Amino acid sequence: MYTVGLFVPCYVDQFYPQVAIASLQLLEKLGCKVVVPLNQTCCGQPMANSGFARLSAGCDKNFVRNFTGFDYIVCPSGSCALHVKEHLESTEEPGTANKIRSSVYELTEFLTDVLNVTEWKGRFPHRVGLHNSCHGQRGLQLSSMSELVAPAFSKPVQLLRQISGLHLLLPERSDECCGFGGTFCVFEEAVSVKMGKDRIQEHERNEVDYITGGDMSCLMHLQGILKRKNSVVQVLHIAELLNACYE
Amino acid sequence: MSSLHASLAEKFNADEARTNWHDQTLWWVRQKRDRAANMLVEWEQLRQWASDIKDHTLSNLHNYLLEFEKNAQDNGIKVHWARDGEEHNRIIYEIIQAAGIKKIVKSKSMLTEECHLNPYLQHKGIEVVDTDLGERIVQFREEAPSHIVLPAIHLKKEDVSNTFHQHLGTEKGNNDPQYLTHAARLHLREKFVQSDLAITGVNFAVAETGGIVVCTNEGNADMGAHAAKIHIACMGFEKIIPKAEHLGVFTRLLARSATGQPITTYTSHFHRPAPGQEMHIILVDNGRSRQLGRDDFRNSLKCIRCAACFNTCPVYRRSGGHSYHTAVAGPIGSILNPNLDMKANADLPFASTLCGSCSNVCPVKINIHEQLWKWRQVISAEGLTAPSKKMGMQLMAWVLSKPAVYRFSGAAARWILRTLPFLAKNRKLNPWYKQRELPEAPKESFMEWYKKQQS
Ligand code: SF4
Repeated sequence: MYTVGLFVPCYVDQFYPQVAIASLQLLEKLGCKVVVPLNQTCCGQPMANSGFARLSAGCDKNFVRNFTGFDYIVCPSGSCALHVKEHLESTEEPGTANKIRSSVYELTEFLTDVLNVTEWKGRFPHRVGLHNSCHGQRGLQLSSMSELVAPAFSKPVQLLRQISGLHLLLPERSDECCGFGGTFCVFEEAVSVKMGKDRIQEHERNEVDYITGGDMSCLMHLQGILKRKNSVVQVLHIAELLNACYE
Repeated sequence: MSSLHASLAEKFNADEARTNWHDQTLWWVRQKRDRAANMLVEWEQLRQWASDIKDHTLSNLHNYLLEFEKNAQDNGIKVHWARDGEEHNRIIYEIIQAAGIKKIVKSKSMLTEECHLNPYLQHKGIEVVDTDLGERIVQFREEAPSHIVLPAIHLKKEDVSNTFHQHLGTEKGNNDPQYLTHAARLHLREKFVQSDLAITGVNFAVAETGGIVVCTNEGNADMGAHAAKIHIACMGFEKIIPKAEHLGVFTRLLARSATGQPITTYTSHFHRPAPGQEMHIILVDNGRSRQLGRDDFRNSLKCIRCAACFNTCPVYRRSGGHSYHTAVAGPIGSILNPNLDMKANADLPFASTLCGSCSNVCPVKINIHEQLWKWRQVISAEGLTAPSKKMGMQLMAWVLSKPAVYRFSGAAARWILRTLPFLAKNRKLNPWYKQRELPEAPKESFMEWYKKQQS
């Protein structure tokens, strides 16, 4: 049995607790011993991507303090997992920081690569569109990328295809960015929203019931646009979807 | 306060139908590039080779430049060195003056855009005619090119028709591309014949042979260079490659990456002046040696200007080249321009979501999105971000390093959103809310829920 530290992104903790609850429950059902470090806050990505990585030492320190000693650290966000993998530093405990960086996993890759999940008991009889978030896809390489000449694969698709009743519909531009981009979503509001609208249009053309994905930040941005136009399409984090299919 | 890029991009987006058209046109080019790349099983290997050759060249640039100079001189070419754009322009002017020339044709060269050669020469009373069709169109309109390969990609057929009607007297309202190109062709032929001096860019300069290679689809570089008595080729000094045998790696990548063609229609090799002709090459630094000295950014000099990173960039496609307010737009422009003027271009590294698609299409494997991230760090360390942003970030860093403060602030923020939503629901003050609803604020955070479960 693995001991897993659950790394909950700050905005998930505050605004989407159901995503963290689903991740926790799912990992427990799959036989992991899950520990939630209570004093975790944020990985520091919002500062770093805004050009203030130099201010993130306090965040890093807190992260190291909270996540030392686990077999794996699992996070229901590719973007936050990638940030820790690429940028976590500790001057006092460089060895521990190194160990943490190499044991961080995004949820879906943990399911496919470590737990080797292949079967789901439940059904999800809906039309589902997948949004590939860039940091998970291009950063963590959760799936092949349309720009490269390389064999096709996708860890989230692999999981979704295992669920009976689920009708998976991929948008034509399978890995175009949704335009969230952290503070980009407010500092470049016009382009950010336009990018989101264009993603949504493709999913709507596919008449999906849900848009799922591995990053709630992208989904939050898409949800904001969907709600403003009173769309019937809903967003659902992949942890919630999978948890609903594992009795 | 929105940045220059953000406000120009917002203007661009005001016409949504046109934004859609721009996005789709460039996406179509990206798809052509994908198809061409996928026809070569060795594509990724080619990219690696190209990247390795360029890395090697940049590390030995001094030697290759001298080798190139010597071989070019032995071939009878006059070689000039220009420290910056001003010196580049002056050298050209001196050549023009010495020969007493008034009319010049120029084929596409982003370097001369970077150095602002056209306005400089016009100011001196010399007529410069851009002979690349797209460049000629934007020149008529007194606009800057919006794309390094497709300079007039921001314009529709109707716009071109209007411009030609005004400048070439074509039929009003005739939008037929064949008709319009024919008119341009007649116009340009006349200019080619009248001109005594041709300026071209350079795609590759081969150290081993002292020759240069120019790639075009319209053959305009050749028309100009063959018809004129003097040919001046201008190049940034990073265009060097060591040997002729390396050329194939790059020509195979360039056109496929740029437009999805297997090769450009014309790939012209110039080694020496034709009998009776004079040939000059200007090697330009203009900030390149400074960039070479920046460890994190030096490999931006590997760029072969294919524009694949433009075509794939979801931000570029939806903001247009002019929103980058520089000669070279797009993702590569956003890592080159801060080197030229960090203050004026401090907004550009932020005009990206860091999605990483640019780095994946780049035929010479420049880690563009990582360099964008690194420029952000440099720009903020230099104090070139808005003070309010800095204060916000400092506050955020403090809150997030103190778990108790974080929990308190999170609960407070959610409470405010639930009880006083009008504070956040302000389209003027909160850019998020302008076109998006806010997420609902739950009563309990995950941590609060979890602690209850545990007790
Ligand atoms: S950075 Fe790469 S993709 Fe962009 S123009 Fe240069 S070579 Fe092409």
